[in-house]
Amino acid sequence: MSRGLVIYLHVHQPYRIKPYSVFSVAHDHDYFNLRDDSDMNNEKIFHRIAEKSYRPMNKLLSKLLAHNPDFKISLSITGDFIDQAETWAPDVLDDFRQLLATGRVELLGETYYHSLAFFYSRDEFEAQVALHRDKVKELFGVTPTAFRNTELAYNDELAAWADAAGYKAIIAEGWDQVLEWRSPNYVYQPHNTEHIRLLLKNYRLSDDIAFRFSNQGWAQWPLTADKFLQWAQESSTDSPLVNLFMDYETFGEHQWADTGIFEFFEDFINKWSEQSDTTFYTVTEAAETYEPTGELSMPRTVTWADNERDLSAWVGNDMQREIARYLYALEHDVVRSGDQDLIRDWRYLQSSDLLYYLSTKWLDDGDVHTYFSPYGSPYDAFLYYMNAIRDIRWRVMRHHDLGGANG
Amino acid sequence: MNILMLGWELPPHNSGGLGVACYHLSKALALQGATIDFVLPYTAVHPGVDFMRVHNATSLRPEERVHMGSYDSAGVLEKNLYETDTEGLGTMRAVQRHYVDYVENLVSTLTPDVIHAHDWLTMEAGVRAKELTGAPLVVHVHATEFDRSGEHYGNPIVHEIEQQALLMADRIIAVSNITKSIIVHRYGIPADAVEVVHNAIDIESFAPYEYDKRDYHYIEALKHEGYTVVATLTRFTVQKGLTHLLRAAARASEKHDRFVFLLAGDGEQRDELIQLAASLGIADKVLFTGFVRGKQWRDVYSLADIFVMSSVSEPFGLTALEAAHHESALIISRQSGVGEVLKHTFKYDYWDTDVLADQMVSIALSPSLATSLRRNVAEEYKRLSWHDVAAKCLGIYDHLRREALL
Repeated sequence: MSRGLVIYLHVHQPYRIKPYSVFSVAHDHDYFNLRDDSDMNNEKIFHRIAEKSYRPMNKLLSKLLAHNPDFKISLSITGDFIDQAETWAPDVLDDFRQLLATGRVELLGETYYHSLAFFYSRDEFEAQVALHRDKVKELFGVTPTAFRNTELAYNDELAAWADAAGYKAIIAEGWDQVLEWRSPNYVYQPHNTEHIRLLLKNYRLSDDIAFRFSNQGWAQWPLTADKFLQWAQESSTDSPLVNLFMDYETFGEHQWADTGIFEFFEDFINKWSEQSDTTFYTVTEAAETYEPTGELSMPRTVTWADNERDLSAWVGNDMQREIARYLYALEHDVVRSGDQDLIRDWRYLQSSDLLYYLSTKWLDDGDVHTYFSPYGSPYDAFLYYMNAIRDIRWRVMRHHDLGGANG
Repeated sequence: MNILMLGWELPPHNSGGLGVACYHLSKALALQGATIDFVLPYTAVHPGVDFMRVHNATSLRPEERVHMGSYDSAGVLEKNLYETDTEGLGTMRAVQRHYVDYVENLVSTLTPDVIHAHDWLTMEAGVRAKELTGAPLVVHVHATEFDRSGEHYGNPIVHEIEQQALLMADRIIAVSNITKSIIVHRYGIPADAVEVVHNAIDIESFAPYEYDKRDYHYIEALKHEGYTVVATLTRFTVQKGLTHLLRAAARASEKHDRFVFLLAGDGEQRDELIQLAASLGIADKVLFTGFVRGKQWRDVYSLADIFVMSSVSEPFGLTALEAAHHESALIISRQSGVGEVLKHTFKYDYWDTDVLADQMVSIALSPSLATSLRRNVAEEYKRLSWHDVAAKCLGIYDHLRREALL
């Protein structure tokens, strides 16, 4: 059987919180819309990334699908992204719709609001997964059969949940400390599950593209399609899959067009396609094509970020844990309010990106955090975030006409 | 009486209490007939300053000076002012060098009866002016290097500048007994060379102001629910003891959960304080307003049920008087000089977070205690006046002049 390339790209933009002072609390209920030229202006950022990444990459994917009958790819598109695209660039959603219409693009399920709700509230988590499922059904006419949790945050419990929910596949980081001698290039059976299959990110090959592609200090720079093809083939000499999982924005935003990332990708896909013993799979297809090579257990949560591959980039310091605690403590009062604006704003605040901006991990990973943060410092980010939560409390209090403005 | 007044800032270009004190002292002196030449290290318009001649020693804009840290001594490296590069104005020492040059030039056309220099920033210029004119030098100490550096040692060069000027001064004014004690014990100056003249407050200089509850729905809602607002308004530096305040806040919140802590101001310690509040588990009870001025600055006092001055070392502490004016109950560290003139306040040692927590909880739980403190201190502060401060200074000048004639 031919070895298959599983490419999965994650499409997402958060609603970044604007500089929101304590004096704005109870006066200004809009935490996300800034009308200036700063890097906290979500609309401006969305337009920029649409131009640099979404439009050109969608065009390229469309071309590759037309040109290579066997080419397939998997995507996840968050609710935060869909909401922004509907408001500011609906043409980008049309592009995605056309890609999905080919039948060779799979869409994965996830939380609508790119949240870490699974670790705080099962009710909220399930509500967000359902919202996402309904939204993508409405927009794209598909129902996800594979699941990805925010930040690929995965553990056995999540796999058991996804299994019970009827998903056929789930994805996670192929982290050495969990895999030990095993390879990420096989299908696995998650611990304590019946039907679901697990696919693991080949992080070395994925990160060669996502993080190292344009790094001129890297010994392998410049990365060519031929070289990468060789690596991918070597990696899968005796195994069936090569799983390349990364952000969609790798193409054009993290790696700018002038680095040659688009040409590289096109070239690589064509070359892979031309080989005699190669093919492409979507996530669900790969899971259904191969029998699991063994069982894999991840009792502790594994994510796709930082050297630790745990949740410490999001809830590793006291500020992050405080925010998460205050945010989820509001669940009951917010949800039962029935106030759709309030519920939506509270959910936008759950985006893992907003917690990520509070990270104070300075060393190796620190510069990645800085690159992805629009704020001057994690402390500024914390104050804006905390004040927004205060305003949510205020709105809850007003809604229920009761006390509790301070928690 | 001709006074050469050497200052570093005046409102509205002040970053703290020094400028406010210099303004009111000068104004009160002028009202009592003194002629004042006031030297500033920057160039700006000062509305309402028509009672004295203001001299601008450099062409710096005030905000450029603020960027280098207005009172900051941390970056001072060159001991000898005359070794400082005179080309630029990029460092505190360079600005001081220009300031001294300017004063040297100025005294060639002035004949002051007395030179009155405020804090280490202008002390070298004061000493130089004394050398050139023979006029007596009054060194007015609003803060020493020991105060500025909190629980740490300060900059030894700054300390030495202070030491030299204190030795050269004909008379030293300290803004509190606490400051006098530092001058005597840390600088070895004889006690009888130092006179304590406490600062005052001029309510009439406050612009007409009315607090409007509608501006603060959130905090007013908390108050309505029985929350007690504890506020402080200060620079976030180690001198101000804010980490101790936060620890006391956490202690107090264990005993009584309806507290909210309003930390108004900004400074190098802000990030540390944000993190500390989070690690103490009270981040949602601590409100950081950022730098406030004008109406918002007054509003902080109006919102405060309790105003805490938590300083590790505070020569005076003008904000406590301002809080008294706005009828907050006051808690003042024993290391703050203003406590010497405000008896109707709670006192605690800055490090004693248990005592501070107790005092906050007591006030929060006892309306009668809170009301007594507020009413009494509001009466007490009114007895302080800049007129009296100026009169004491004039007495000192007269004394020096008589001494000189003998």
